[in-house]
Amino acid sequence: MAAGVATWLPFARAAAVGWLPLAKKTMPKPPVDNSSRSDEILYVNVSGVRFQTWKNTLDRYPDTLLGSSEKEFFYNEDTQEYFFDRDPEMFRHILNFYRTGKLHYPRHECIQAFDEELAFYGIVPEIIGDCCMEEYRDRKKENQERLAEDTEANEATDAPLPPHSTSRERLWRAFENPHTSTMALVFYYVTGFFIAVSVIANVVETVPCRPPKGRVKDLPCGEKYQLAFFCMDTACVLIFTFEYLMRLFAAPSRCKFMRSVMSVIDVVAIMPYYIGLVMPENEDVSGAFVTLRVFRVFRIFKFSRHSQGLRILGYTLKSCASELGFLLFSLTMAIIIFATVMFYAEKGTKGSTFTSIPASFWYTIVTMTTLGYGDMVPNTIAGKIFGSICSLSGVLVIALPVPVIVSNFSRIYHQNQRADKMRAQQKVRLARIRMAKKGTTNAFLQYKEDRALGVRATHRGQVLTSETPNKTKDPDSDNTALCVKNRSAFEHQHHHLLHCLEKTTNHEFTDEMTYSELCMTESVGFRTSRSTSLSSQQGVQNNSTGCCPRRARRRAAMRLANSTVSVSRGSVQELDTLHIKTTSIASQNRSSLNAQASDLKLNCGEPDFTAAIISIPTPPANSPDESLPSSPAPIPGILRNTRARAFTHETVKISSL
Amino acid sequence: MGLVMGTFSLQSKQVNYHKDKADDDLEMTMVCHRPEGLDQLEAQTNFSKRELQVLYRGFKNECPSGVVNEDTFKQIYSQFFPHGDASTYAHYLFNAFDSAHTGSIKFEDFVTALSILLRGSVQEKLQWTFNLYDINRDGYINKEEMTDIVRAIYDMMGKYTYPVLKTDAPKQHVDAFFQKMDKNRDGVVTLDEFILSCQEDENIMRSLQLFENVI
Repeated sequence: MAAGVATWLPFARAAAVGWLPLAKKTMPKPPVDNSSRSDEILYVNVSGVRFQTWKNTLDRYPDTLLGSSEKEFFYNEDTQEYFFDRDPEMFRHILNFYRTGKLHYPRHECIQAFDEELAFYGIVPEIIGDCCMEEYRDRKKENQERLAEDTEANEATDAPLPPHSTSRERLWRAFENPHTSTMALVFYYVTGFFIAVSVIANVVETVPCRPPKGRVKDLPCGEKYQLAFFCMDTACVLIFTFEYLMRLFAAPSRCKFMRSVMSVIDVVAIMPYYIGLVMPENEDVSGAFVTLRVFRVFRIFKFSRHSQGLRILGYTLKSCASELGFLLFSLTMAIIIFATVMFYAEKGTKGSTFTSIPASFWYTIVTMTTLGYGDMVPNTIAGKIFGSICSLSGVLVIALPVPVIVSNFSRIYHQNQRADKMRAQQKVRLARIRMAKKGTTNAFLQYKEDRALGVRATHRGQVLTSETPNKTKDPDSDNTALCVKNRSAFEHQHHHLLHCLEKTTNHEFTDEMTYSELCMTESVGFRTSRSTSLSSQQGVQNNSTGCCPRRARRRAAMRLANSTVSVSRGSVQELDTLHIKTTSIASQNRSSLNAQASDLKLNCGEPDFTAAIISIPTPPANSPDESLPSSPAPIPGILRNTRARAFTHETVKISSL
Repeated sequence: MGLVMGTFSLQSKQVNYHKDKADDDLEMTMVCHRPEGLDQLEAQTNFSKRELQVLYRGFKNECPSGVVNEDTFKQIYSQFFPHGDASTYAHYLFNAFDSAHTGSIKFEDFVTALSILLRGSVQEKLQWTFNLYDINRDGYINKEEMTDIVRAIYDMMGKYTYPVLKTDAPKQHVDAFFQKMDKNRDGVVTLDEFILSCQEDENIMRSLQLFENVI
């Protein structure tokens, strides 16, 4: 019901008194209205611009945000007003809707912004008043078309192949988007070349060549070099047939493909050849056959697959079909009229070329299109007068639909240009997003390292001072504290969140480099892990089919060998975490990052191994960490093994989770 | 508050712009009626100033010209009864509201009628109802008038009712009504008979109290 109706409701209810004497039964009880009936002025603050309105005004539309209790969520107790952090300019229109019952669409606003505001305030766009509805609809349609195009452009061309596509799908995609793979591109150009060759051959075939010896008349080249042309034609047709069959095979919907325009063109292009093969050398039939050869020229339309401009032209003509139809109709009308007039005007004269009305059609057409061949010319005065009127009107009638077609073409062409531009922009945008993501990941990794440093520093403080590790005089810790402080609160919380995720999944984030390292270090250090006293456990470990645990082990060994700072830090960290969390389940160490849970289907390891491992020797020599207690100087060989053992144990622990 | 009062305390005047024939349509919209002052209305009716303000705001919003003509009235009323045809009854209602028979309802008429219906005494309410039923304003309700009214009310119900509406239902209803109201069996109901009969009927008395707090 419209808002205004709500105003009249009390009156309608009051008028119900008129029914009372007629009623045979008692009236039902009226609903009890608990809400305060007194009207008050509400203050609505929209980004600093204060609006005031009666409560009644807003209550008119109870299914919107402002009319329902939803606005209480935005009520500010301190200032006794409703605060909305939205555009005040738009709000003006929204509030006017409540006041007048009509929603107007401001022409200078972006349609999407307006829609968003409407959605926020819970107003359905359909109630836009008639005055603004058309404009709104037009712009909305335009916007939707643009969006649809963009998504189409996104999906269509550069979307990566779905991982499990069949060869058929891949083939189809190669046909439709040649620039996706080199093979497709090659095929694309080869077919283009052969189309050109075929068309040129058709053309050259008819050019008169020098006659061979013994003949006087000029022969068309087609007959002189009949075999050569035949071979070329055969080759082209073979290629086209092959292409057509491949497309047919690859098409997702064969029926739809067969009905498409391009497919019809393909068929028409190659049929004459086959018909010619089948047809006998009969005189009568070969006349018809010659006509069929005309269809070979349709091969030129195959170029439209290769040229976007051609496609645009075709699309334009299709979309202007109604205008073209009108042009044709009006021309036909005019032709018939003028032809009739000319015929009767020239009927009397001797030797007149206007022998019949259909014969005059030719004159009319030639005159209206301002061709003026001069093969038919009026002789009488009346004929000349009407002839001139004919040519003048011809100019007008033909000039009318042309701007429509041109504007259509221009619009479609610009849309296409825009699609290309969007694609280029999209690439840039994606690259930027990737960089930003990498930046965040790096920031997080950096944060983890700093945390590790900080942890180490505090731990050192613990060991050295044996006090509460609040204030350590270690310069490192100060640095780390500084580093930590320079990050924003948002970053802190974000990193904490990522850390929680790591803890939850027992996996750690790492960057691309280290991951690729992981995968690369397959061959190194594998064997070393076998020759330890704990080979039983490792035997269990080795039974796991996951490559990554092994790889990780090797990687750990690799780390030792490389002794990069980050690696050392990482290993430090893993040991640190082991150390600190003796009783709790140790966190995932970096080396087992890539281990899949399914790979680690081991029997539950005994938890008491932890103790033994914690006392394992320290990280490599280049790490400045001396804080770990009971850490004898490592020997590389043993270290590798112990590392592996540590890892093994880690993995065991993980599986027991 | 004072500002609001000041805005409302304008003398009643009729602003009429006389245009030539071509602007007949415009004339309707140009007619602008301003009601009597707030104080006067408060004195004449049983509403408080605040209530009058609320009523006027709503009224003015819907009818910026200050008057409601019959078509608009019918339209508004029909919106409350979408099932059936409320135009006949709305016509009778309109006549009842338009006590001065000017052909349009001004705010004063509107408020006066509402005041009677919602805040008036039982006597006043019944009198108003009698005026509603007495279509030709001759002081008597005869069977034809009553039948018209009842039929108009049944029209508002529409076609889909339960139990199914019989064609003689209005007639039966009217007969029952006259049975009850027409004390001296002279075929018409006078005001006194009407008021007396209604006061005897407990149902009616109870129902009259229901519409107290519509505003």
